Amino acid sequence: MSAEKLTMAAAINTALRDAMRADDSVLVFGEDVGPLGGVFRVTEGLTDSFGAARCFDTPLAESGILGMAIGLAMNGMHPVVEMQFDAFAYPAFEQITSHLAKMRNRTRGALHLPVVVRVPYAGGIGGVEHHCDSSESYYAHTPGLTVLAPATSADAYGLLRAAIEYPDPVIFLEPKKRYFASEEADIREPVAPIGTAELRRAGRDATLITYGPSVPVALAAAEQAAAEGRELGVLDLRSLVPLDEQTIAEAVRASGRAVVIAETPGFASVAAELAALIGERCFHHLEAPVRRVTGFDIPYPPPKLERHHLPSIDRILDAVDELQWEHA
Amino acid sequence: MTEIVRLLDTDGTVLEHERYALPEPERLLELYRGLVLGRRFNEQANSLVRQGRLAVYPSSRGQEACQIGAAAALRGGDWLFPTYRDTVAVVQRGVPPVEALTLLTGDWHCGYDPLAHRIAPQATPLATQLPHAVGVGHAARLRGEDTVVLALCGDGATSEGDFHEALNFAAVFTSPVVFLVQNNKYAISVPLSRQTAAESLADKGIGYGMPAVLVDGNDPAAVTAVLDEAVARAASGAGPTLVEADTYRLEAHTNADDAGRYRSELEVAEWTERDPLPRLRAYLRGTGLLGAARETELEEAAEEFASLVRQGVSAMAAPRPGALFAEVYGTPTQRLATQAALLDTELRAGAGTR
Ligand SMILES: Cc1ncc(C[n+]2csc(CCOP(=O)(O)OP(=O)(O)O)c2C)c(N)n1
Ligand SMILES: [Mg+2]
Repeated sequence: MSAEKLTMAAAINTALRDAMRADDSVLVFGEDVGPLGGVFRVTEGLTDSFGAARCFDTPLAESGILGMAIGLAMNGMHPVVEMQFDAFAYPAFEQITSHLAKMRNRTRGALHLPVVVRVPYAGGIGGVEHHCDSSESYYAHTPGLTVLAPATSADAYGLLRAAIEYPDPVIFLEPKKRYFASEEADIREPVAPIGTAELRRAGRDATLITYGPSVPVALAAAEQAAAEGRELGVLDLRSLVPLDEQTIAEAVRASGRAVVIAETPGFASVAAELAALIGERCFHHLEAPVRRVTGFDIPYPPPKLERHHLPSIDRILDAVDELQWEHA
Repeated sequence: MTEIVRLLDTDGTVLEHERYALPEPERLLELYRGLVLGRRFNEQANSLVRQGRLAVYPSSRGQEACQIGAAAALRGGDWLFPTYRDTVAVVQRGVPPVEALTLLTGDWHCGYDPLAHRIAPQATPLATQLPHAVGVGHAARLRGEDTVVLALCGDGATSEGDFHEALNFAAVFTSPVVFLVQNNKYAISVPLSRQTAAESLADKGIGYGMPAVLVDGNDPAAVTAVLDEAVARAASGAGPTLVEADTYRLEAHTNADDAGRYRSELEVAEWTERDPLPRLRAYLRGTGLLGAARETELEEAAEEFASLVRQGVSAMAAPRPGALFAEVYGTPTQRLATQAALLDTELRAGAGTR
């Protein structure tokens, strides 16, 4: 098989389809995921192909969706549920943090929950309030949850297949800004496993570390920096929990400079964790303190102001400029 | 099975009801005026979406009787808790259209002052406003006010835990809250049959120990009469009422939705026959309350209103980027001050200066 043009929405749809075909215990459910095919059309055609027992609409209740998924998983099923938008997953927070995340630990391993929670997240789509949250830090902060954040169509396919086969709960974060961006992808090629980062671009001068919706922005920044004479590497984390600490450390040690990029408000976030981690593991190799380019520490802005909030090429390159090049 | 309350048939014929009386002629004329303006507002908002002036618009076309009836039932000091679909009710209650549309133009999350208008910010996360409504009502009782709170939600929202919690709290605390569920048959694509196995949403009142009424939500007279009674009951200290309005969303969920994927043209056509506007118009014409002169005057008022909305939206000044950092906390933090300064420096330097 060779690469073809594929949107992330289509890649995820194909992953769900292939997983449902491979394993009868895989169930897809949530709000509007049945006949409508989801508000982003990610589950398009699944009810038609597999029947309403395998892909179905639930009553409108996120806590109920998560709670039922937990019970289904306790009795041999592999639920893949959709939260319609990032902020609409919050009614399910109790089920996710107190039950989904902890069941294995509470029961000393007697119960484990192979549940995948798909969350369209992050901004850049001109959505009104509650439709653009970067909620990854809540999940990453919760012990027991595996948190994946693909940036490409190929990873969306490969990581979702891996997530569905995973024995434990996975929060699968889908950057909605990327849903309909078409890119070359060969979904038959295996992707790197859960817990591994991938270097998307090599660069000896500094390393941009990022994930999800910010990966294309970081690549564009690196492209522009190259034109300005600076070689920036771009590391796509892919998996926030578990985190590929080894690859992060190797990349930063090699370049000696790092900028962490994420849409999430930076305070107490995944980006903050990365900066701390790099400080601990790479201190003697660093030429400059690690910089973070994140969303501001504010509620997600209304559509007309979101461009000021999101990490931009300029803001990334400004941060790179501050990495104490006078010592180079 | 709860009986449906209807005072006007679809052709405008009066139906006698043992409990509810037809509102007074002047009130009916006021309602009709609201319906005409509300319908025009929905149409104007749709065209603002097409022109790219609104990010999105959840239309209440077909549900205007509920929107106008809700605003009409409230007295000056009462509170309204609306959803994203209830912009017409918000405007009818006195919020300037531009302020009501600020959420949807994408300028800010809420454009009006909730305290000044006694209208909570329009809620998008479903059913989450309902417990707030109970809190406002309970505070009113503690403070010795006779304030009533009217809380709106959709049929889909009745499946959320917050719906249950709010109704249960209201009943237990005898709160002066009226819950109006606009059962428009769909939650985006999902039909009511996938939300509940109950025969009606009004049936749920029994479980909470609260009176419940099922009303024809496309009968402006019945909606108003039923809400009047529920508001009076709440004001008297007798507690909450659940009102289910049987209505229909004539347009797609929002402009971003394709309703053809999940419902038939035939169904929409059937409900178009039950449109609240022609129904009340037929009654008013038949009784001579609405003459040609008055109709022309209303049409002109609707056009004037629409042009006010258009002009208001066109004249909106671009929001200031600095506003992002205001009012996040009551006491500004050093961290946000630093971030505001960074953005300010960037903006002064100008975009694309690299
Ligand atoms: C907690 C939550 N979950 C999901 C959504 C996404 N959503 C927005 S409107 C809607 C349908 C709501 O249906 P209903 O309550 O019947 O109101 P209607 O839109 O028909 O007026 C959904 C699922 C949301 N806004 N909030
Ligand atoms: Mg509805």
